[in-house]
Formats: sequence, structure tokens, C-alpha cells
Amino acid sequence: MIFALRYVWRQLTSMRTALFLLLLLGLAAIPGSLVPQRTSSPIKVQEFFANNPGQAKLYDQLHLFDVYGSPWFSAIYILLFISLIGCVLPRTIEHAHTAMAAPPAAPSRLEKMEYFQEISGTLARAETILRKDRFRIRREANWISAEKGYLRETGNLFFHLSLILILLGISFSSLFGMRGDAIVNIGERFTNTPTSYDSINFGKLTSPSDLPPFLIKPTNFVAKYNPSTNQPLDYTLTVLTAPNPESKALEKIIKVNSPLKYGDTSIYLQANGYSPIVTVRDRTGKIRLQGPIPFLPQDGNLSSNGAIKVPDMEPQLGFVSQFFPTVDQPKGKPARSSYPEALDPRLFVAAYRGDLGLDSGTPQSIYKIDTKKLFQIGLESMKVGQTYTFEEGSITFEGYVPWVNLQIVKDPGKLLALIGALFAILGLLASLFARQRRIWIKAVAGDKLEIAGLAKNAAPGLENEILEIARKLN
Amino acid sequence: MFIFALAFFTNAFAIAWKSTKGEKATRIATALTILGTAVIFVAIVARGMSAGRVPWSNMYEFSITGAFAFALAYLFTLRKYDLRWLGIFVTFSVLIVLGTAITLLYRPTAPLVPALKSTWLVIHVSAAIICGGVFLLANVIAATYLILEKYGDNRPAWAAKIPSLDVLDLLSYRLIAFVFPLWTFAVIAGAIWAESAWGRYWGWDPKETWAFITWVGYAAYLHARVTVGWKGRKAAWLCLIAGSTFLFNYVWVNVWGTGKHTYSGL
Repeated sequence: MIFALRYVWRQLTSMRTALFLLLLLGLAAIPGSLVPQRTSSPIKVQEFFANNPGQAKLYDQLHLFDVYGSPWFSAIYILLFISLIGCVLPRTIEHAHTAMAAPPAAPSRLEKMEYFQEISGTLARAETILRKDRFRIRREANWISAEKGYLRETGNLFFHLSLILILLGISFSSLFGMRGDAIVNIGERFTNTPTSYDSINFGKLTSPSDLPPFLIKPTNFVAKYNPSTNQPLDYTLTVLTAPNPESKALEKIIKVNSPLKYGDTSIYLQANGYSPIVTVRDRTGKIRLQGPIPFLPQDGNLSSNGAIKVPDMEPQLGFVSQFFPTVDQPKGKPARSSYPEALDPRLFVAAYRGDLGLDSGTPQSIYKIDTKKLFQIGLESMKVGQTYTFEEGSITFEGYVPWVNLQIVKDPGKLLALIGALFAILGLLASLFARQRRIWIKAVAGDKLEIAGLAKNAAPGLENEILEIARKLN
Repeated sequence: MFIFALAFFTNAFAIAWKSTKGEKATRIATALTILGTAVIFVAIVARGMSAGRVPWSNMYEFSITGAFAFALAYLFTLRKYDLRWLGIFVTFSVLIVLGTAITLLYRPTAPLVPALKSTWLVIHVSAAIICGGVFLLANVIAATYLILEKYGDNRPAWAAKIPSLDVLDLLSYRLIAFVFPLWTFAVIAGAIWAESAWGRYWGWDPKETWAFITWVGYAAYLHARVTVGWKGRKAAWLCLIAGSTFLFNYVWVNVWGTGKHTYSGL
């Protein structure tokens, strides 16, 4: 049994296995770039399920929609890291021993080594020169053994240990981090509690009560676009924010590449869109719904879809809606937006009455209405200030405000991962560019010396080094 | 472009006329390559000035800068290794890259979208482009190795003056050992930038995934060489496989892929 375990361990920590696992990890990463992933494009995964249900089911069983969290992907990298640890730890200990010990004895016949030469000089003088060049030296009665370039192995081990540090950082974040998204209308206030979020995910060892109690109130959002390409040029979000309800609020700016930070929690500006402001009245003129309603952008010109739901009426009302900041209605084609700024805003509504299905228990998207059980009343397109009146009441398009998507992320392990990454580069540079080599010098007769050397991995430059020492000795 | 075409033809000419005049022709070809590289450099600077920013934000700009990095890497290598008889492959590769850039990828200069407005654009993208150039050179050399290996000692006339197989093998290793830390840095710089722009430093975006695959490929290459002792043919194939993941990342992910690295139409 122990024999078998030892065999498995030796196989696992062998270089060939490590190399195999490394290549396998590269191969295993490929499907995740070809098949849509739940983590990055959940909507595409849903479409995939809708279009090819059979294939999607098979893919799902193989975890192809969550490749990077799948058991088989995890298995590869965990095995790789075990193999790496099993390889690196013994080598670290061994390296520490070698670094402490004197260089090995000089070979008995130097003329068989590289760059053998006979020169004149004394051992004592040679020792001074080698010491000055910061060689590690072992001096015996009639020979010197000198070695330099331990940095190579040190760097190599440092690099691999740093990779472990990166992995620790990533695991730390997945245990103690959190990540959530919230769509906030300009002028509304966001308090950092789980209910304020549209979606939120906590690490396995994080609880909702760990959320820092900050407040954010977006006060102004300016989006600039290039009039000829419609590409965005700049987004600037101004917010009033306070670390907790008792503190005084300060004005801060959030931009795409400069998030707002509270400790290890960062608040990113991730997306933006429009919330049309509507007022829905019943037959008697009483207001049943009023306010901005976030719509989801469908294209770069912010053609947006949304749902206006009025559950507090009998029968309930629902408006399947579209908002176009700059409307363009080509003949025979559906309307769309031709520019992302609100130059000629238009709200299109399809009014329905009946049961919105909000009490059925199944959660609904706030951007969609299931019209199966509804009766269509009519269609209307409205400019700002216009009202559409129908039998059950009316809807008025009052105006619009921009909304911003705040992504709030707590990533406590990222510093560890960054330190690991920087150390990894340093280690890599040392291990690839440091040259490990030995030089031996032997006293033959009188003031005659023999010199020769050996470079690990055929590193270049040893010949010149030996010639230089010979020159100095002369 | 024109000068590179000239350099290419001079190289071809040099090979055709391999006798005494071949040597002279290679010299002219090398001089033309230097001139061509300088011209691309001027073109890059002009593009940057016309855009009012570093010219590294779409595939046209990546391609011309990549061709420059590649040609420059070749010229630097020439100082130590006599690769002039490989010039024909080098100039041919540059021609292909520049040709696709000018015909298929050309876009007028445009300002940056907000996500690209960052110092990391300069750091991350320039590092990645230099890596691309050096990877390409290492791959050209590895491919030459594989072609010439078949001939053994009876090389055809055009290849007679290309360095020995051992030198080619060592050279492609040296280039990769040189560029691997830079590639690591490019990926890490990208991660730091992604952290500030997208809210996470690693999200398995297709571009990130393929950068990781290339990294793993060349890490495997270095291990295979240094620790397991692969050399020659096996190492050259591994180099080409890893290099093709870079190419795939550049072409496929940019053109047909989806993800956060796709900005303005190419």
C-alpha cells in the first residue's frame, strides 16, 4: 500500500507528469473560449439552450458552460499545483543545503573540462580575483573550486513559489470576496445592503452583514460620443458618497478606469442606459405609478427595451416598451435609435391589461412582461410630455434620466495575487538570465596554473570570463 | 511597403544568384530591410500623431507595429547571428502582415473609447506587440529548422549559408527565453488594467484565455527544453504549436470572437 502510494507520488511529482499536466491545462482552457460561459455571457447560454436543447443538455453535463469552475478543470490545476509543490519543496531544501555548503571538489583532470588553459600565476592571487568577482570559493592546498550563479535556481524556485501565492490570492478572494451589480438612476440613492442589488454573489465564507455601510448618490452623468462614429468618448459620473450614514457626504468622480474605493471594496462604472419617467393614471385620474423605470440597452445607440408594470390596479396594466434616445423610423423597418444621446427621444408602448402574473411565485424579470395571459389594448409612440389615453386610464411620458450600472466588488486576495505575479516575473528573469557556472584552478608546478570551467545549460560567456581571469593573473 | 517588397525581391534575387554576386545582393537586401523598418517606424509615428495618441488601439495599428517589432527583432538578431539568408522568409512575413493590414484591416484614425483611456494601453499593448514580433521570429526560425532538417547535410543551394541546425535551435530557444518574461509581464499588466476597467483582474475572456494558453504553451516549451532536455525537432514543433495559439488569439479572437477585447470594428 505504502509502496503504491509512494509510486503514485513519485509519478505525480515527476517532471514529465508536470509537463503533461501543463499542456493539458492549456488544452482544457480551449473549450471555454469557444462555448459561451455562464460567468461572462449568461444570455448567450440561454440562447444556446433555446436553440439546441439536446446539445445544450449534453454540454451542460460536461460542464462546458462553466469550464473554469468545472470539476475536471479544477482537477487538472489542483493536480498540477500538487505536482508543483511536490517538485519545488524538496528542491528548495536541497538548494538551501547547496547554497550553504562549499562548492564541490575540483575534478581530477581539468584538461577534460571546457575552456581548459594553462596560465601563469599563483593560487592566492587567483583566489583574490575570484572573490572580487563574488564567486563562492572552496580553497584547498593545491586547487580552487569556485561557483557562481545560484541566483538561477533561487529565481526558478521563487517563480514557482510565487505561482502558489497567486493561487492562494485567488482562493482567498473566492472565499472572502463579493461581487454585485446595481442599476441606479441618476438622482436616486444607493445604500450598500443586499436588497439594493440587482444581482449579488458572496464568497463561501462571506456573509451579507460584512458589507461596508457606504452610501452613493449619483448626481450627474455625462456621456460624450463621437458624432461621426457614434463611439463613446468619455463617461463621467459624479456622485455624493459617504462611508456610512453618519458621515458627511463628499462629491466624488467615477470613471471607467478609475473606480471609487472603500477599503478593499471598489465601485466600478460598468454600463449606462436610460430610464424613461412615466406617470400612469386610472380612469378617475388618480396616479397609480410614477417615476423613472430602467430600460435595457439593445445596441450601441442605446435603443432600449423595458417593461412598465402597474400591479396596483384592477385589472393590472402592463406596457411592453421601447425607448429611443434619437429615434429613426425607416420605412418598412422597425424603429431604432440612430445616436446614443437623447436628441429626439421617443417612447413606444404596447399597452396590455389583465393578470401580470406577479403573484404566481416564480420570479420575473423587471425588463420583460409575459403577455400570454394579457389582452392588448393598443400601441402608441410618444414624445416627451405627450399622453396616451385609453379606456382604462392613461400613460404620460414625462421625460427620462440616465441610469448607471454600479459594479461593486470586494476582492481581498487581489493584492496577494499581484505580489505573487510581480515576484513571479522577478523569479523568472533571474532563472532565465542568471548564468550558473563553475571555474576550477589548479596549481601544477612553480607558478603554473591550470584553469577550466563548466557552464550549466551551455550558458554563454564563460569562455570570455576565463580569458579575463587569465589576463588578470598575468 | 514598397521598400519591403524591394527587399523581398532582392533577397529572392540573392538566392537565385547565389554565386559571387549573391553576397552583394544579401547586403543590399539587408540595407533595404533596415530602410523599410525605418519607414514603418515613421508610418507608426505619423499614425500616432494623426490620432493624437499611441497608435495601438485596433488591428491595423497592431499589425503595422507588430511588423515593425518583428523586423526590428530580426535586425537585432543579425548583429550576433548571420541570418541574412533567412531574409527572404522574414521580408515575406512582413509583406504578408503589412499587406493584410493595408487591404483588410485599414481604419481611419479614431479617438479612444473610455475603457481604453489608460496608461496601461501604452504598457500592456506595447509589451504584447513586441512579444508578437519576437514570437513570430522564433517561429520563422523553428519552421526553417524543420524544413532544413529534412535535407540533412545536402542542403539546397538557397539554404547553404543559413546557420547550422544547432544554431537555429539554440536561437529560437534564446528568443523565447528572452520574450517569455515579457509575455508574462504583458499578461499581468493586462490583468492590472482589467481590474481597474472591468472590475476583475481575470475573467476568462476569450483573449485572456488564449493569452493564458500561449503562456502555458511556452512555459511547457521552456520546461521541455531545460528540464526534460527536448531539443531539435520536438522543441521546434512545440514552439510552432505555442506560436499558433498566439496567432489564433490575434486573428480569430479579434475577428470572430466575442468578449471584452473587441472594441471598434477590429
